[in-house]
Amino acid sequence: MTMYPRKFDYVAVGSVAEAVEALRATEGAKVMAGGMSLLPLMKMRLLSPTTVVDIGRVPGLDSIEDRGDHLAIGALVRHADTAANELVRTHAPALATAASLTGDVQVRNRGTTCGSLAHADLAADQTAAVLALGATLVAQGPSGTREIPADEFFVDTLTSALEPDEVLVEVRIPKGGTGSAYDKLGRRGGRSDYAVAGAAAWVERSNGTVTAARVALTGVGTKPTRARGVEEAIVGTDGSASAIEAAARRAVEGVTVLEDLYGSEEYKAHLAEVYVARALAAALG
Amino acid sequence: MKISVTVNGTRYERDVEPRTLLVHFLREDLGLTGTHVGCDTSYCGACTVLVDGRSVKSCTFLAVAADGAEITTVEGLAADGELHPVQEGFWERHGLQCGFCTPGMIMSSVALLEENPSPSEAEIRHALEGNLCRCTGYHNIVLAVQYAAAKLRGEQPPPADWEEVGA
Ligand SMILES: Cc1cc2nc3c(=O)[nH]c(=O)nc-3n(C[C@H](O)[C@H](O)[C@H](O)COP(=O)(O)OP(=O)(O)OC[C@H]3O[C@@H](n4cnc5c(N)ncnc54)[C@H](O)[C@@H]3O)c2cc1C
Ligand code: FES
Ligand code: FES
Repeated sequence: MTMYPRKFDYVAVGSVAEAVEALRATEGAKVMAGGMSLLPLMKMRLLSPTTVVDIGRVPGLDSIEDRGDHLAIGALVRHADTAANELVRTHAPALATAASLTGDVQVRNRGTTCGSLAHADLAADQTAAVLALGATLVAQGPSGTREIPADEFFVDTLTSALEPDEVLVEVRIPKGGTGSAYDKLGRRGGRSDYAVAGAAAWVERSNGTVTAARVALTGVGTKPTRARGVEEAIVGTDGSASAIEAAARRAVEGVTVLEDLYGSEEYKAHLAEVYVARALAAALG
Repeated sequence: MKISVTVNGTRYERDVEPRTLLVHFLREDLGLTGTHVGCDTSYCGACTVLVDGRSVKSCTFLAVAADGAEITTVEGLAADGELHPVQEGFWERHGLQCGFCTPGMIMSSVALLEENPSPSEAEIRHALEGNLCRCTGYHNIVLAVQYAAAKLRGEQPPPADWEEVGA
């Protein structure tokens, strides 16, 4: 029998509490949701957990709920479901678009929105969207649950604020604002595959004036990051094409841009500007 | 670990190691070698099967996680000696050359047409983004899916945009 991953123990837990207990009690255990990032790493033996804690059968984690002032997206909501959900499309189009541009059909049928956030890849799509949308992530650990603002969640490349014995149970997206949008250049060209560079924007406009904005970049540095210079520049303007152009020029202000296989620092900074302008225009449109 | 799965309508109970990938379970435990392995990076889609009706990459799926699932592989499409319309489309429109990617292409196309009976060319190409072909240039694959879509709608398939040599 062909075997790619190293040997591991497998537990299919029935509740989040059971998952937390398994993580706490087992050195080197890892949660598996959709497995679309975990399994490729295990197949390559870049990661070899002692135990895979499969949360795939935990009831109640696969729904998107309207909780009045926010939407709650459970840990087992797949990218395809986030992308197609009417509530998400209405209140958080940046996230719906980012989910629809995550991987390919098969990846979207299996991978989860929360799994993508927990994985914290520097070039993931939905990470930038939740930053721009001002989301809150809810983690459950041995001593109960805690809420982590998206701004504090992405710590470094492939590193989130989750403790090894915590499970991300849901992401909460506040309602409100005038619009939001996400766009990227994909590694395989067009919008295909991880972002060479991508941007998400959320705006609030009243009487023609932009009163609040959050803009986030992905793919250009070690982690998804807010583009604060852009936010500062667009607030108070009329959101016109020239205001967007001027604001987008500050796309990488204070952001550490890194060269990688897909582009030089200069190219990435240029793309950041282009995609910030596109995301802002779409969010304001 | 003991698992029980239904593959192409037949129920199987087997003991598998947790690290067994679904594709290897199908090919090596059940002998269903129609599902191919074309890469080790989860990108090529040659291993695509339907699990509970949704297309997935069986090389990136633990067999133990499929416990209780209903699986359809390319072997499960033809009925009573008749090719499935998608298989017929690949035959009629020469949607393959070496055929390595074909089982995955076919399964993704079946999943697409169940969701969207009248996809545009762009929608077909987008739906097959997770299936790579090194031979055909995709052109005839798109024609094959258009052929199958028409057939499944009970319509006359559109003609190919090329002529058979000697026809
Ligand atoms: C071919 C291919 C193309 C892809 N293209 C893209 C792309 O274009 N854009 C993009 O953003 N991503 C892409 N991905 C990654 C994809 O989005 C993954 O689905 C996602 O990164 C992980 O989600 P998952 O549910 O599959 O998590 P898993 O693979 O199960 O887990 C990933 C990591 O997160 C942890 N984890 C998962 N869920 C939780 C939880 N609830 N609580 C705590 N920890 C958790 C796991 O322990 C693991 O460390 C691609 C993947 C593949 C295979
Ligand atoms: S073999 Fe599964 S994606 Fe290539
Ligand atoms: S026909 Fe050869 S890979 Fe597609």
